[in-house]
Amino acid sequence: MKHTISVLLQNKPGVLSRVTGLFSGRGFNIESLSVAEVLEPGVSCLTLVTSGDDGIVEQITKQLHKLIDVIKVTDITETDNVEREMVLIRVKAEATTRAEVLRIADIFRARVVDVSPRSYALEITGTRAKIKAVCELLKPIGIQEMVRTGIIAMTRASKKL
Amino acid sequence: MKMTGTQAFMQCLEEENVQTIFGFPGGAVIDLYDTIFQQDKIHHVLVRHEQAAVHAADAYARVSGQVGVALVTSGPGATNAVTGIATAYLDSIPIVVFSGQVPTALIGNDAFQEVDIVGITRPCTKHNYLVKDIKDLVPTIREAFHVARTGRPGPVLIDLPKDVMAAIIDFPAKTPVKMRTYRPTYAPHPGQIEKACKAILAGKRPVLYIGGGVILGNAHEQLTEFAYKLGIPVTMTLMGLGGFPGTDSLSLGMLGMHGTYFANMAVAKSDVLIAVGARFDDRVTGRVDAFAPDATIIHIDIDPTSISKNVEVDIPIVAGCKEAMEQMNKWLDASSFDLETEKAKLGPWHDQIKEWKTKYPLGYVEETDVIKPQFVIQKLHELTQGEAIITTEVGQHQMWAAQFYHFNHPRTLITSGGLGTMGYGLPAAIGAQMAAPGRTVIDVAGDGSLQMNIQELATAMQERLPVKIALLNNNYLGMVRQWQELFYDKRYSATPMEIQPDFVKVAEAYGAVGLRATKPSEVEPVIKEALATNTLVLMDFVISREEGVFPMVPAGKATTDMLLV
Ligand SMILES: Cc1ncc(C[n+]2csc(CCOP(=O)(O)OP(=O)(O)O)c2C)c(N)n1
Ligand SMILES: [Mg+2]
Repeated sequence: MKHTISVLLQNKPGVLSRVTGLFSGRGFNIESLSVAEVLEPGVSCLTLVTSGDDGIVEQITKQLHKLIDVIKVTDITETDNVEREMVLIRVKAEATTRAEVLRIADIFRARVVDVSPRSYALEITGTRAKIKAVCELLKPIGIQEMVRTGIIAMTRASKKL
Repeated sequence: MKMTGTQAFMQCLEEENVQTIFGFPGGAVIDLYDTIFQQDKIHHVLVRHEQAAVHAADAYARVSGQVGVALVTSGPGATNAVTGIATAYLDSIPIVVFSGQVPTALIGNDAFQEVDIVGITRPCTKHNYLVKDIKDLVPTIREAFHVARTGRPGPVLIDLPKDVMAAIIDFPAKTPVKMRTYRPTYAPHPGQIEKACKAILAGKRPVLYIGGGVILGNAHEQLTEFAYKLGIPVTMTLMGLGGFPGTDSLSLGMLGMHGTYFANMAVAKSDVLIAVGARFDDRVTGRVDAFAPDATIIHIDIDPTSISKNVEVDIPIVAGCKEAMEQMNKWLDASSFDLETEKAKLGPWHDQIKEWKTKYPLGYVEETDVIKPQFVIQKLHELTQGEAIITTEVGQHQMWAAQFYHFNHPRTLITSGGLGTMGYGLPAAIGAQMAAPGRTVIDVAGDGSLQMNIQELATAMQERLPVKIALLNNNYLGMVRQWQELFYDKRYSATPMEIQPDFVKVAEAYGAVGLRATKPSEVEPVIKEALATNTLVLMDFVISREEGVFPMVPAGKATTDMLLV
């Protein structure tokens, strides 16, 4: 099953390869990975999506925790979480389809970030499901290029007072 | 005080109380060697291959309990060290390996003798570092020693570019190492201790299953006390041998693939299994679902990733083995249970074990005209009163040493358990002898393994070490041959050693003493002569060629499915 793992780590050379090595060493694929410095200088947050046997993922999570540069590891698959991904999509926009592209963009609250006579570049943020839906609608019109940030996620705060 | 990187390096080693380092020079570390030449506080042992430097440092650590240190040059020096590092990693041995590196400006340029050793060793070190700035040198070395020796110990590598070592710094004052992300837990959770003790007292068939963690964590006294308090039988992994006295009546000997019949049976029938500093390795468990199927499993380990890795654990205790056993002893003493009564309740269990012990004791078929390897080990035990430090290579001879030497003390069996590295034993004997100059150190060797690092005879001679080598010479890669005999219809593919050197002459060529025994009657005189000789002696015991190691649990079988002869 798919697991979303969030890792807080010290941003030092080689840290990323220590993390990914635990996956590649077991023949596990990383489906998406996003990492950037947050809050404190020198501390990065990494969000990683992988799929595999639950027991092995649990083992990897423990191993991640054991890495000297890792501060905190959470498998947020099971917890109630907010997850987002951003994509940039360049879609063909000929005279006949320009309006259609804009309408789809509007429905999904996408923003037009680049305009040319024959294409639009859209910026869309959302869950995996939302992004999949947009892609499916735009595909028949003609997707020319696409980049994604990879998923980032955060657990929801407790609703109790 | 202002000094160069190389001088700061020496100062750091002094700070860590390092007395001996094992190494081999080269271009990238020539400045370091120049500094070593100009001081006399730290003794440098010149090995003949970098793998041996790391094995020697590793054995030095295993015997002394201190961090072992090795020094190698960049490129091939560093890659030669990798097998040694992986060996230490798999057995959780605290060492720090320093590798030279090309100057920082050349890193990544495919410069002469450049390899990315930090990248290469990332999966087989506890942690590693590349020092790119002289101001990081001293803090990095301090941190490396701290990481190597604390928590679950392990090897740490520091890569030292040549220009960094030549730069000048003000040596920083010593401050305690503080690491935000690394704080191993030693103290056990009191609730878990209570749960564990109660589960043990509720059991009728308890077994202690102890591993290398007991030795690394210096827990043998506390563990022995605990076993005696309740009269619990103890079985040991290869790495745990010596963690509890092997000649004690509560000892079941080693368990697992080549464990005793009674150890494997006791574990299989136990209702409480107390794993202490052991990791449920596949050589121990056999088929996992048949391993202690009826037992409540208690697992004490300093490394949380070891717990429930291979076998689901009922009561996990993340703690130092020593601290946990100490707390369990205290709990028992403070409890309202009468320990003598509790002990007496285990009577039927001890009777059962006695029955297993009588039915299939550890043994071998004695012969009069050919030397049995087990007999050699028994004689070694007898003539050294069981007080020698035994290092081993890897193969059948290693298992015979484990089965028949009956280790009574921790840190006396020095063997590559996790990685199973042939060629470990001789350099390990050198490291062991450096750590314990007055002790008898014997490398129990196989003819195949010994040839993997035989050049180290020169190192031992240069250091005037009176190491003994007991070669169990079967002219075979015996352990592999045994598998071929049992599971491959005797197709002895690439296991007969058709050309062998005359080992006695090899020893003599290095200026050492070589002795040979070909008949059982010659075994004792040869050992006696070797023990009485204050120099390196190689004893070539020509043994029964196709002797097997038994009992044996075939790989992947339940541990109760043992081949007994
Ligand atoms: C470096 C290395 N290569 C290969 C092996 C696989 N192996 C394990 S035991 C063994 C045979 C060892 O032969 P020898 O040293 O003569 O010991 P014996 O089993 O005959 O006592 C081999 C090849 C190993 N453990 N280590
Ligand atoms: Mg052999």
